[in-house]
Amino acid sequence: MTPTPPAVEVTEVTVRYGDVLALDRASVTVEPGRVCGMIGMNGAGKSTLFSTIMGLVRPESGEVRIHGHPPAAARRLGLVSHVPQNEAIDPNFPVSVRDVVMMGRYGHLGPSRHPRRADRRIVTDALDAVGLGDLATRQIGQLSGGQRKRAFVARGIAQGATVMLLDEPFAGVDKASEATIIALLRRLAADGTTVVVSTHDLQALPALADEAFLLLHKVIRHGTPSEVLAPEVLVQAFGGADLVVEGAR
Amino acid sequence: MIDILLEPFSYQFMVVALTTTVIAAIVCALLSCWLVLMGWSLMGDAVSHAVLPGVVLAYLLGAPFSVGALAFGLAAVGLIGVVRDRSAIKEDAAIGIVFTTLFAFGLVLVSLTPSQVDLGHIIFGSLLGVSLAGFVQVVVLAAVATTLLLFKRRDLVLYAFDPVHAHAIGLNPRRLGALLLGILALTSVVAMQAVGVVLVVAMLVIPGATASLLSKRFSTILWIAPATAAGCAVVGIWASYHLDAAPGGMVVLAQGLLFAAVFVVTRLRSVPAGRSRTNRAAQSVTDTQTASVATRPSATVPVAPTTRTSTASE
Repeated sequence: MTPTPPAVEVTEVTVRYGDVLALDRASVTVEPGRVCGMIGMNGAGKSTLFSTIMGLVRPESGEVRIHGHPPAAARRLGLVSHVPQNEAIDPNFPVSVRDVVMMGRYGHLGPSRHPRRADRRIVTDALDAVGLGDLATRQIGQLSGGQRKRAFVARGIAQGATVMLLDEPFAGVDKASEATIIALLRRLAADGTTVVVSTHDLQALPALADEAFLLLHKVIRHGTPSEVLAPEVLVQAFGGADLVVEGAR
Repeated sequence: MIDILLEPFSYQFMVVALTTTVIAAIVCALLSCWLVLMGWSLMGDAVSHAVLPGVVLAYLLGAPFSVGALAFGLAAVGLIGVVRDRSAIKEDAAIGIVFTTLFAFGLVLVSLTPSQVDLGHIIFGSLLGVSLAGFVQVVVLAAVATTLLLFKRRDLVLYAFDPVHAHAIGLNPRRLGALLLGILALTSVVAMQAVGVVLVVAMLVIPGATASLLSKRFSTILWIAPATAAGCAVVGIWASYHLDAAPGGMVVLAQGLLFAAVFVVTRLRSVPAGRSRTNRAAQSVTDTQTASVATRPSATVPVAPTTRTSTASE
């Protein structure tokens, strides 16, 4: 019996931009159906790690496997989906919520990306799954920050992605929306999707994640949220920055 | 009354001029929908000027203009990428250096070329003297550009909206960017015939900008832009006949005036009616706007990922 490969397997990955060392032999493994938090300072390499997993950045050394596939093959299979930070999206862009979710289907469509009836149904189901069925015709910028996150999660669902990477999903999102997003991600994980969330929101981590890792160019600690949030561990990652995480443990 | 409207078009050269302009206006307007969304207006200006030496060289070699234009359009984009990525010079300066130099090279070539080609025609268009070969070329290039744009419109919208997602689902954002730039080079040749090198950028920007003021739905914008551009082409050519004014200039003037009118009307309308909506969207818009400019695909994205990868592997 061959063991199921991990959902995400990053082995000894080094990435350098010119003189800047973004990732230094970083290794992390996430098993299927887990919600995993990624924490670290700005510039610790979080975006680079996501980019490497998606194959946007080719590492100098080391390798990435998604369910056992190299990134290029995983992309062709549509296994990985990315939920961008709010800042990465132009809120005035003339697309509707439904248009955005349909973009999740493009990898499964012909060269002109003309959707079939089945694709429309998948998109409708994905919108319902994230609770945005009524807002489908809204222009994307007319959604609140939290609703926009859910729209991009719906895009990943429509894509059929088994690994979802979320970049700071709680930035600029109120507490109620944060709870809605956490519940949605937990439900996805229960259905077998692997969710990796980069976040500054240490307080939300225990409710959100099964596990977490601390990144400072390499993975400093990987364990349960409470292990990773231990003050002596955080000091390592945040370099002694004044950090108050009351109630995080 | 009818006579005043139809008189200009009783002359064959006017009919040819009108048809050429309408075709050029429509294909430029379609492309402008993407250029405006991506913040590529300056790139449109650059490529439309940079194709000039390619067109002249193609003329000298007896090759199709489109081949020369494509070669120099893409070369310009490549050079801009090199100057930007391999030095501390910023993108706007890189664009300014590369396209003006290539344009100057084109001007020098024209002045050295013993031919019937009049410099004034290239710079300001030569609508009233469109030859049969020139007309056929406009029709063919416009058809190719329009077909490519419409066939790939969903991919190109995705590329403009979220290139990271395009990459994540296995599409090739660099190839999509290169496709858009290639179409830009072809379209520049079409528009050059109609309004001349200097005014091409107007045709490549104004219709898309006007349409985006009128609709928040890309599929609607894709209708409004060519429709208004075609209308402005007819009005401009007609007015140029009666005023005995430069046709290319009149066409662009019509587009600019229409933009101004739409701008004023939509601003006036949005103040009382759209207030509540503006407020609701205000917070999310303000906190995302600054950064979104920086993260949208830069005009030279087609070259960017290569550079990034190669730096990473150095």
